Amino acid sequence: MSAQPATARSYSAVPAQPLRKGGVRIADVVKVYGTSEAGILAVDHCTFDVPPGEITVVVGPSGCGKTTLLNAIAGFHSISSGNIYLDDELLCGPRKLKAQPGPDRIVVFQNGALFPWKTNIENVTFGPIMQGLLSRAEAYEKARDMMADAGLRGIEHNYPGEMSSGVRRRVEIVRALMNDPKILLLDEPYRALDSLTKSVMHEALLEVFYKNRVTIFFITHDLEEAIFLGHRVVIMTTRPCRPKKILDIDIPHPRDYSVLTTKRFREFMDETAAAVHEEALKAFAAGEKER
Amino acid sequence: MTEASPLRALNRDVSLGLADDAVRGISPLALAIHRFLLWLRSPRPYLMIVGFTLFIGFWYLAVEVWKLPRFSEMPGPTEVVREWFSRNPTYGLSVFTPEYYLHIWVSTRRVAIAFFLATAIGVPLGLFLGWSERFKQYVFPVFELLRPVPPLAWVPLAIVMFKGSETPIIFLTFLASFYATALNTMLGVESIDVSYTRAASCLGATRWQVFRHVIVPGAMPFIFTGLQISVGVAWFSLVAGEMVSGQYGLGYVINTSYTMVRYPTIVIGMITLGIVGYVTSAAVRFVGDHLMQWRTRELALGGDR
Repeated sequence: MSAQPATARSYSAVPAQPLRKGGVRIADVVKVYGTSEAGILAVDHCTFDVPPGEITVVVGPSGCGKTTLLNAIAGFHSISSGNIYLDDELLCGPRKLKAQPGPDRIVVFQNGALFPWKTNIENVTFGPIMQGLLSRAEAYEKARDMMADAGLRGIEHNYPGEMSSGVRRRVEIVRALMNDPKILLLDEPYRALDSLTKSVMHEALLEVFYKNRVTIFFITHDLEEAIFLGHRVVIMTTRPCRPKKILDIDIPHPRDYSVLTTKRFREFMDETAAAVHEEALKAFAAGEKER
Repeated sequence: MTEASPLRALNRDVSLGLADDAVRGISPLALAIHRFLLWLRSPRPYLMIVGFTLFIGFWYLAVEVWKLPRFSEMPGPTEVVREWFSRNPTYGLSVFTPEYYLHIWVSTRRVAIAFFLATAIGVPLGLFLGWSERFKQYVFPVFELLRPVPPLAWVPLAIVMFKGSETPIIFLTFLASFYATALNTMLGVESIDVSYTRAASCLGATRWQVFRHVIVPGAMPFIFTGLQISVGVAWFSLVAGEMVSGQYGLGYVINTSYTMVRYPTIVIGMITLGIVGYVTSAAVRFVGDHLMQWRTRELALGGDR
């Protein structure tokens, strides 16, 4: 891990080195909802990199358009212009505005999307069985191993609805990892959790990351969460969303919750809090105007 | 790498707390028994008995004791019960006459055929209506125009369209069921959170696999709500159909008993309809619980969703 100096970089600075597995390059992406004349500009000429094998956290006020960006990478939404690359391969661009969803980029949803009508292990094996990559027996064996590894032994044949929401999120992450994705896209996955569960989930996510080294693209509005988890934190402006500040967090990994009380962590918080607060105020003001 | 992390210990605990054998080995029958015992221990059965007693008591007093003016022609409960359980019924219909069961059988058979037809056509139609926006645009306006037409309004056309007396009745019974099933199925598909279909396509499912593994099971709770309504309205329109034509069936019993002034038999027919209707509805609910164990367990054991 490179311990770069924690300086804010201009968002237009595009690193020259080629991308490795799971790197995403967002280049000059614009998204307008509705018609170009009477539309809402959700994403405004957005450019930044998600370095491969690292955790990139995007922070911004609610409704700023950061989920739009995630949906564009996942292939749920089209973009209006610009390009998005995954490992130098074009996901979407001017000729193909909407990417094809696929198991190389798996989303973990805000409210969780384990199928409640399938047992936990049926959920976890869903990807490889649907794609015909593994037989049922092989998939079940792999799933059992992976679930045991993640501390989820013994709940294979329970339904998600019987689990706590924290456990459900972890099952969902195992379901994603079963497909050996290049990048995990997490859309405020811990938003609905209480703060105690949240802190456990953060460390669980880091553990998963240290084990698998999968690239993670994480969206949140919680600055503390962002700095705790991220190698890189991208602070977004309020709508239309554009990177306001990009920070490389040089607190060494592996991290655990003791990081929160260190001086370095506080420095990052101080450095960014003003920027985030400013955007939150703008978002609030804009909300008032709309009413 | 992170062996020192306190998380490891936490991770292990999750399995212990939740992998309760009692939770996993639950069967629909065990659940039914469990529910029944709970029900017995609650005040509900006793309140129910009180309710029935009050209702029948009022009927008895109004007809047989006070002889209220509106109730003068009505048969009282003792008369009905005596007739119903008589080996030699005055008006020819009781639990000891084979015709009684023939009427029940004929009505049940009609409802069953109509219900299965309505399900076989209504569920796929509803699924496609909810799944394909284009298909909905073609079909739904016609559907919505036909739906408010009551089954009774179809009687003349049903008789013109279908030969005999059996098919028109089944057609009329089918109609209302079909609307309830199709509409609820469609709403069921539309109620599915878009995250589920997105998650499935993320995980590499094809459009057809999404339909099979997300749309169909996701709509299931609504489908079964629809089927319960459907059974109810099937009995509803069956009786209407049987009163118009046909030679057997509970609706026919009620109607002919009226014209032939066999008043206790009318009430026997009505009570029988109530009981048979309740049983069919409970059967549908039982099948639903069986097919949707995930939901039964979620509701019974209280996930925090």
